Amino acid sequence: MRKVSALFLVTIFLITGCQTIPKDALTLSPESLAERQMQTRKYETKDEGKILSACAGLLQDMGFNLDESETKLGLITSSKMRSAENAGQIAGAVLIALLGGGATPVDKEQKMRASVITRPVGERGEYIAVRVTFQRIVWNTRGQVTKSESIIDPAIYQEFFDKLSKAIFLEGQEI
Amino acid sequence: MKRKLSLILIASVFFFTGCATTQQRLLDSESSQVQLRSIQTRAFDTTDKEKTLRTVMSTLQDLGFVLDKADATLGTVSATKLKGYALRMTVTVRPRGETQLLVRANVQYNVQPVTDPEPYQQFFASLEKAMFLTAHQAD
Repeated sequence: MRKVSALFLVTIFLITGCQTIPKDALTLSPESLAERQMQTRKYETKDEGKILSACAGLLQDMGFNLDESETKLGLITSSKMRSAENAGQIAGAVLIALLGGGATPVDKEQKMRASVITRPVGERGEYIAVRVTFQRIVWNTRGQVTKSESIIDPAIYQEFFDKLSKAIFLEGQEI
Repeated sequence: MKRKLSLILIASVFFFTGCATTQQRLLDSESSQVQLRSIQTRAFDTTDKEKTLRTVMSTLQDLGFVLDKADATLGTVSATKLKGYALRMTVTVRPRGETQLLVRANVQYNVQPVTDPEPYQQFFASLEKAMFLTAHQAD
């Protein structure tokens, strides 16, 4: 009896107790310096506008639509919706259905966001630093969020900056 | 036995009513306005609004946020952090007298306002380091 009432109390607490923010949500993580380095490159120019417009062009190359921008602060934010279907997951769901397990939700679509910040660095502001960050939210076939995360994959950032160098060159050549 | 049951009943009523009703959440007026401002605001000894905003933006990136929007004239920045949870934050910067800027932050964790002082202290501690300036309590 005692066990049951204790269980009951715990359940009620879990259902109605307001969640609180994780302790480390607003503290710098040990990885934050490495992440900053991975997400940042600097270019030798004083023309922040030129770099920002190259970034806008690059985001368009990658299929993003621009949401907001503020040139005075060096910011561009963009997003795109893409399919999140993956063959493995669908195959798993089909197998479960065949075994009589009913319909299982699978990932359906994802919203991917990218935001770019530029800022003058160096003693006389002779460089423009560019930092890009990506995140995504994935929904399944029932409309539930299955993933919400930052994208921390060095290869993605490497490719972004390789392409940015090209974009800066192309715009310099007015192509 | 009866006593225990009534205790459970009282406890559950308490838990069920712990959060405000749905409509009252529009103005979130259960917390003190003055107290909330003092938790969320710090003063910095600088008048460079643009530089302060840029520092706020890079601090937010350091903390794992992706910027949503910024407005230099109004002095506001909004950003979102996704890490299994959604943390949305707006920071405003405005002048205070001739020598200082007031920086105010407010945070939303999933669907709840954050009114606990600790997360704000952590945010301003990171901002202080990036600004190379001390954050003063504003009042």
